Amino acid sequence: MSTAEPSDKIALTGGSRRDRMRRMGDQVFSGLALGSGVLILVALSGVALFLLIQGWPALTADPSQIPGGDGFVNYVAPLAFGTILSSAIAVLVGIPMAIAVSLFIVFYAPKRIAQTLGAFVDLLAAIPSIVYGLWGVAVLGPAMVGLQGWLEGHLGFLPFFKGPVTTTGRTMFTAGLVLGVMILPIVSAVTREVFSQTPRKLIEGALALGATRWEMIRMTVLPFGRSAIVGASMLGLGRALGETMAVALILSISGDVTFNLISAGNPSTIAANIALKFPESSGLAVDVLIASGLALFAITLVVNMAARSVIARAERGAR
Amino acid sequence: MSTAQPPVPVLPGTTGSELTAGKLPQRAVPAVYGVAALAAVGLALAGMNRALAIVLAAAVAGVFLVGWAWLVEGRRRAIDRLVTISVTSAFFAALAPLVSLVETVAVKGSARFDAEFFTSSMRNVVGEGGGAYHAILGTLIITGLATLMSVPIGVLTAIYLVEYGRGRLKTAITFFVDLMTGIPSIVAGLFAFAVFAIFFGPGIRMGIMGAVALSILMIPIVVRSTEEMLKIVPNSLREASYALGVSKWRTIVKVVLPTALAGMITGIVVAIARVIGETAPLLVTVGAITSVNGDPFNGRMSNLPVFSYDSYRSPGVPPEPYLQRAWAAALALIIIVLALNLVARLVYRRYGTHLR
Repeated sequence: MSTAEPSDKIALTGGSRRDRMRRMGDQVFSGLALGSGVLILVALSGVALFLLIQGWPALTADPSQIPGGDGFVNYVAPLAFGTILSSAIAVLVGIPMAIAVSLFIVFYAPKRIAQTLGAFVDLLAAIPSIVYGLWGVAVLGPAMVGLQGWLEGHLGFLPFFKGPVTTTGRTMFTAGLVLGVMILPIVSAVTREVFSQTPRKLIEGALALGATRWEMIRMTVLPFGRSAIVGASMLGLGRALGETMAVALILSISGDVTFNLISAGNPSTIAANIALKFPESSGLAVDVLIASGLALFAITLVVNMAARSVIARAERGAR
Repeated sequence: MSTAQPPVPVLPGTTGSELTAGKLPQRAVPAVYGVAALAAVGLALAGMNRALAIVLAAAVAGVFLVGWAWLVEGRRRAIDRLVTISVTSAFFAALAPLVSLVETVAVKGSARFDAEFFTSSMRNVVGEGGGAYHAILGTLIITGLATLMSVPIGVLTAIYLVEYGRGRLKTAITFFVDLMTGIPSIVAGLFAFAVFAIFFGPGIRMGIMGAVALSILMIPIVVRSTEEMLKIVPNSLREASYALGVSKWRTIVKVVLPTALAGMITGIVVAIARVIGETAPLLVTVGAITSVNGDPFNGRMSNLPVFSYDSYRSPGVPPEPYLQRAWAAALALIIIVLALNLVARLVYRRYGTHLR
């Protein structure tokens, strides 16, 4: 805060009892506040440290003892593939939708109800992931069977839609779609904020030159918000990488490494694999799962760091 | 003085012709969509899939409008209409899952959303009957403990960032709080497990472990929302207090915090709503049991999200009663989450500081 604050260093009156009390109160309080801040730094490094300690046996164990018998890297690689594949679908679906939703709320919806509409989009983020999972299995999966059959019939020459199509719809395609819906509110929250900060003079200048609303958006809003869109997308990607329960419930898992999005044989993801295996594991298997969690933590940390620095730069540019 | 003109953006395809081009009739859009809505109802009544009928009718109407505009109004206006229609459709498509999800959970969950569900546990229950009393109690205890841990740490950190912090430490804490919001929930659960497993051995499962895991997820949300609220407290209030000779910490406690209180409560309630439905971290730390356990420091504890997951994932024979209980638990969760969000909004609207 840029307020003139009473400084501790200037003792106005020597040392009456009240002044000593007063300074002690200040010190205790600022110490508590500082301590909490530092505790957060400690907690975050603690997450990495404790996962490393508990996962270490898995990293150093004899490869034959790791489930699958091929060492830790070969255990994690197919899971990492599934994680990236499902997140890629989520990003492809969720981000264009999120940008369109933000544009609608900021530039198309009536100003009076825009805030309420934004609150509805935010509600998507409030729904627990377990409920998304149940919905994906019970409603979206069966509803997708027809579409996936059509894709197999008409686009079956692409490796993504080779089939054979499932009868339950519990495929990578469905899981990716649900993840896309789940990351939409996060991406939309950031892009909405930045879109609404587009300088008025640019918008009005474009309109005054005769631009249609879309031309105005293309020439002012999107260039202005470009790095925010990139940052928000990475934020959404980080979220999709770590999403657990929806994938664990929806995906029918065989462990195959395949780009085939609509068959019953799908790779698992790191997070879903932990949730599915952890309750029944013991001994080294637990360590392996924790080590895979550490890998997930590292991946999401890198993605989030990149996202935050891009967004921070965008926000500095916006001011 | 320079005579160079700034470059004038040239709009693609701007000729004079747009100026004289016609316009669609004013009621064209509502009329076309009115017809499309009737067609969708007709198709749905004729036995077509409801969602498919709506999508089909909306798409045909959109293509028709854009084509019409292209002929009458020219290319640029047609593209503008195309974007307007796409963006609007995208918004409604994004809300469709929300509607479908709430509807599904309400329908499927209401089968077992009865008194017995809220008053009995699953102890010695096989098949029909039973309830989620033990799970609801566990959820309340675990979330309550998480709140007790997160709120003081989160609020004090926000106070540090806004009132005291400067320099690199402040930048570092802000950055790490941002990173913490991105920790996958399952990783938070594994962290709590790893900490407790070091001291108590790998078989340990306790309610408090779940609370620690939830705190990791909750603290950054509390910090961010409290920080925002403290920032909008006007500096004139602080300065008035200093001018009266009030010390800094008493200014914060007596002036700044009360001014920001409603907003802070809103943020905390939203944070609770965010973590109360978390499944993954509780799955790996708290486990699940069928009977009531009210002691978070002793043994496994059931909770609503994991109860729902377990009932759905591994139902008994016959599966129906288990699936019905899973949906009822999901319905209870959704109601809790939506109610918390509503309460947060109302508190802020009623008591919030509107100083911006």
